[in-house]
Amino acid sequence: MYEQFRCRAEAVGAEVHRFRTNDEALEFILRFLRTEGMANTPGRYAAWADGPFLNGIDKAQLAAENPGLGFEISRQLAADAKIGISEADWAVADTGSLVADQAAVEQRLVSTLPSIHVALIGTGQILADKVAVFEQINPLTSRYIAFITGPSRTADIERVLTIGVHGPKRLVIVCVDALGGIAP
Amino acid sequence: MKKDFKDSIERAVNNANLTGALGKFSEAYKVNRAKAYEGMDFEALRSVIAERKAHAASHLEQMAADFTRNAEALGAKVFQSNDPEKVKEYILKVAREHNVKTVVKSKSMASEEIHLNAYLEKNGIAVGETDLGEWIIQLAGQTPSHMVMPAIHMTKEEVSDLFSKEVDERLSTDIPRLVEVARNELRSKFLAADMGITGANLAVAETGSIVLVTNEGNARLVTTLPKVHVALVGIEKFVEKFSDVAPVLNALPRSATAQLLTSYVSIISGPSQNTDGSQKELHIILMDNRRSEMAADPKFRQALQCIRCGSCLNVCPIFRLVGGHVFGKVYTGGIGTILTAWFDELKQSEEIQGLCIQCGACTEVCPGKIDIPELIMEIRRRLVKEQGLPLIQQAIYSVVNNRRLFHGMLRAASVVGKPLTSGGFLRHLPLFLADLTDKRSLPAIAAKPFRDRFRKIKQPQCKEKAAFYAGCLIDFAYPEMGEALVKILNKAGIEVLFPDEQTCCGAPARYSGAYEVAAGNGVDNIEALLAEEVQYVVSACPTCTVALTHEFIRDFESLGQTDWLPQARNLAAKTVDFSTLVTRLVHEGRLTLQEGEQLGSITYHDSCHLKRTLHVSAQPRELLHKAGYAITEMFECDTCCGMGGSYSMKLPEISGQILQRKLHNIRKTGATMVAMDCPGCVMQIRGGFDQAGGGVQVRHTVELLAEQLHLVR
Repeated sequence: MYEQFRCRAEAVGAEVHRFRTNDEALEFILRFLRTEGMANTPGRYAAWADGPFLNGIDKAQLAAENPGLGFEISRQLAADAKIGISEADWAVADTGSLVADQAAVEQRLVSTLPSIHVALIGTGQILADKVAVFEQINPLTSRYIAFITGPSRTADIERVLTIGVHGPKRLVIVCVDALGGIAP
Repeated sequence: MKKDFKDSIERAVNNANLTGALGKFSEAYKVNRAKAYEGMDFEALRSVIAERKAHAASHLEQMAADFTRNAEALGAKVFQSNDPEKVKEYILKVAREHNVKTVVKSKSMASEEIHLNAYLEKNGIAVGETDLGEWIIQLAGQTPSHMVMPAIHMTKEEVSDLFSKEVDERLSTDIPRLVEVARNELRSKFLAADMGITGANLAVAETGSIVLVTNEGNARLVTTLPKVHVALVGIEKFVEKFSDVAPVLNALPRSATAQLLTSYVSIISGPSQNTDGSQKELHIILMDNRRSEMAADPKFRQALQCIRCGSCLNVCPIFRLVGGHVFGKVYTGGIGTILTAWFDELKQSEEIQGLCIQCGACTEVCPGKIDIPELIMEIRRRLVKEQGLPLIQQAIYSVVNNRRLFHGMLRAASVVGKPLTSGGFLRHLPLFLADLTDKRSLPAIAAKPFRDRFRKIKQPQCKEKAAFYAGCLIDFAYPEMGEALVKILNKAGIEVLFPDEQTCCGAPARYSGAYEVAAGNGVDNIEALLAEEVQYVVSACPTCTVALTHEFIRDFESLGQTDWLPQARNLAAKTVDFSTLVTRLVHEGRLTLQEGEQLGSITYHDSCHLKRTLHVSAQPRELLHKAGYAITEMFECDTCCGMGGSYSMKLPEISGQILQRKLHNIRKTGATMVAMDCPGCVMQIRGGFDQAGGGVQVRHTVELLAEQLHLVR
């Protein structure tokens, strides 16, 4: 399942990484933020929206150790961030998509405005297809369901595929085995 | 046709940018679409979609009531109206209540349909389109030419000029750079806007959800950043159940842009949170604008099964030549012709309905299983009913309906045409008819029609009898095809009868909407062909075959002439096309083509009616292969040749361009011969090669097989 997901997601331009533990994933993300030049200046912030991955993590300490990283998501922070980080609830293997309940506005802000979106997903949350996902989601409780498949794209000028119109130019998917089930 | 309409066609087919871009896209689309559907059962999928959409369309009131109740329970405000003016007034009222100065929009065809932008602008509200294509055409002051790719008609140079003016800086034509400019320009508009307007790809009755499908991410911003969200939803977007969403999402991106899924799909159920923590103001407008009238029309209700993927445009041989603007300002292409007739008015479709050549390519790919050509025929029929036929056509059909007069004139034409004839072709026609021989020569009328020649062919007395239905082209232009057919059937031990009273199959009248005339032809032919007891009625013209197997029945049904239906069905059951009958005879061992012949390379052109109505494509290939030909398939072998009966006379400028593409694809195979099963296609393609040169022989399958008859045991 993971292999199909990775293959399909990469085919639409996403970058996919897989880690066993939360610690390994966190280490990767922090390294990634530094590599991308995160800094405490507008245009270089990283905005991390809350989710189960952050349970038990001292966010204040993390923010203090990593200048530019913020957990209090506002419209302004997201607009000035280069990188947004959020969690997805499911993934779809046959289209390489992430699916997230984004009723909470910070989930949408960090995954739309920054030019790079880093998305965490439990490897065990990868389902076979849309039909399987539709059986899991309930629109009455999940008021804003987002399917995200690769970065933002257009072909509106001469049918030439161009990445990054209004949404993120890069989608970095971080699969974490420890974050919900074991991947088949 | 009116002159300005003809002029717009002329401009379009001579616009190299347009035809180049569309041509390239349509070629790539076919390949990519097939790839996107790999491993999926498209027929099963579209059956589900058609059924689910049809269910919603036939229960529109229930859908609207359920949707409204469920969406309101979640906190949305739902407004429903049949009247586009009331819809616009409502949106303006909401805007005024919230002191809205600027609006950002994601793509909505429903808003195009009611010209919402102009209305809001007139009332002092700035409207910004954010879909890149829509923004481009907004800057250019144009209308969309395609419902999925609104600016497909424009070049990067034109876009660069537009953007340069907008940002007051000379920009290059580098596309990623232009996209970056759009990102930066529109970002500030998103952040500043007071209201977001979207359409919806689906509205789910049982949950009150709307579904938005985009690639750019603009709909996510439009529904997130402004505090007020207005979703304008045509009521054909309803599905009953939440589980109905998945099948539509399986088809829409694959059919629209050959993607497995678009970058973003948003399912919004009630108002969500604003960025300041307050609850969003969500207004959902259910717009009717004659859709429920359409749902009540037994013929047109199926048009509500449309999911707006645009695949009927992408595969249309006409659309790729003329683009969207020839069709009008809002909905374009095949489905657009139908929607224009309803959402605008029937009269608006008067000219554009004539663009359809009835090739049926769209019916093969429509995820909603809509018979678009059939609905366009119905528009024709209603137009003729409302306005009558043009005088010249009336005159022609009064002749066609009188067999003796019609055949008498065809005989006379063989004499009159003589001075213009060389080598069996009419190469130039005088004055006002000159267009007809601009890109292809017409066949000369045979000196002796098939009906006269047949009397000289001695028929064996057999138990098994077949009535041969020649059709006008074989009877009067290509009698040798008829002779070939008779030879082959005789060889298999079948006696051929030629009922003299047979006449035109009615296609020219039918495809012009003159159903009464066509039904008259039907009656004459039924009487003629069923006069004697025969096992088969066989034809070597697919259009005639379709008339006998399908159209007579439909003509009588649509006119309520039920008296003739049993006999029409009897005729339909006996009728068979030449290739199918002969393949059957070969399989039964009654005709054996000697193996081991090597007759060289040949390519095969699938005729529209044979392939898509009669579903015959393997049979002629099998016969040609068995006869000793090696078949080299051409690109787009089943794309129309541009003949379309009288179409090639009404719109020679389009027909001629389609023909050129066909000739090119034939030449590219390197084969020196092309076979086909339709005398109409032979007329078009043979005439094309006669004018263009190229040394490719154009033959009917029946002739090629008859030539190998010495090998037949």
